[in-house]
Amino acid sequence: MTSEQTTRRRIRLALWTGAAAILLAAGAGALILRPDPLPAAPLASTIGEADIRSEFSLTDHTGRAVTEANFAGRWQLVFFGFTHCPDICPTTLAYMASVLDLLGPRADAVAPLFVTVDPARDTVPVMAEYVSAFHPRLIGLTGTEAQVADAAASFRTWYERAENETAPDGYMMAHAGHIYLMRLDGGFEAVFQERDQPPEAVAEQILTHIREREDR
Amino acid sequence: MKLLIFMALVAALPFAAHAEVTVTEAWARASILASRPGAAYLTLKSDVDDRLIGVTTPVADEVTLHATETNSAGIGRMVQIEALDLPAEEAVTLTPGRMHLILMGPSEKFAEGTTFPLILHFETAGKIVVDVPVLGVAAAGPEGPAK
Repeated sequence: MTSEQTTRRRIRLALWTGAAAILLAAGAGALILRPDPLPAAPLASTIGEADIRSEFSLTDHTGRAVTEANFAGRWQLVFFGFTHCPDICPTTLAYMASVLDLLGPRADAVAPLFVTVDPARDTVPVMAEYVSAFHPRLIGLTGTEAQVADAAASFRTWYERAENETAPDGYMMAHAGHIYLMRLDGGFEAVFQERDQPPEAVAEQILTHIREREDR
Repeated sequence: MKLLIFMALVAALPFAAHAEVTVTEAWARASILASRPGAAYLTLKSDVDDRLIGVTTPVADEVTLHATETNSAGIGRMVQIEALDLPAEEAVTLTPGRMHLILMGPSEKFAEGTTFPLILHFETAGKIVVDVPVLGVAAAGPEGPAK
């Protein structure tokens, strides 16, 4: 190695070390992750599946007062969310719409229910406009804060208000992202998350149940 | 001679340190109702270690990055990410139900078929502007609703 090459290497090393130091200093000033502002979620592991039931008294998106009895004799696909939700709710409702389309004429045997966890803002007309964007069969359910809390409790699902100063009205809602499949009698059959399987798999599982019943 | 090499290196440094981030598969979901926060997704790949440190757009008050963290009980919570690490040559994808950009305070509804600019600020690569197409409300990815 010539002395000139060695010198060049040394200079290059010094320059890169300097550049790295500047980058490190700049990087140290930035936060990587804002700490979770929410308290820890309750553990669902203490909840038995047998306890999950479809029991509610709510108002549908046409303004009609409904209970689980209005959907008796049909399978129920139930999702809790809110219309200010930018990601998981439209994603999950579009997924439920795909499942309904895949069921074809047998979709008659399924009541797809979207229950808001933000009833203060998700009024009947808001729900009507929102659900119609996803599927003509999708039923939006809202109510008083107490009615929604009762419905969520019967499904053993969880939600809470999350303060967020940049959000409309200063808050978002945190909620579980599950889709419940409930039996004809309102008992629990299965729970899905959009991310876990394609809609075809959910549609096939529902069709299997419907056919089993038809064969009896 | 040494001085000459030094000057040449100093002149070359900005180029030597230049990082490039490739942005692909950018898309946003159409709004159903006015004033609702929008969501946008994209894939980032940097040729050196870099970080996404900020996102802005003229069509919304604020853009924040969120990830869904699922705990052992299966309960997902959204957490805000201030800076997204981009390891060299590793594609980082924002996708529905996992990681997403939230566009708070949109100036108008995101209408299917339109596009809007998103300005991405990287620690090393600087500013990159991408044009984001708005897909349908049922879109699940850059190709639309197909899954």
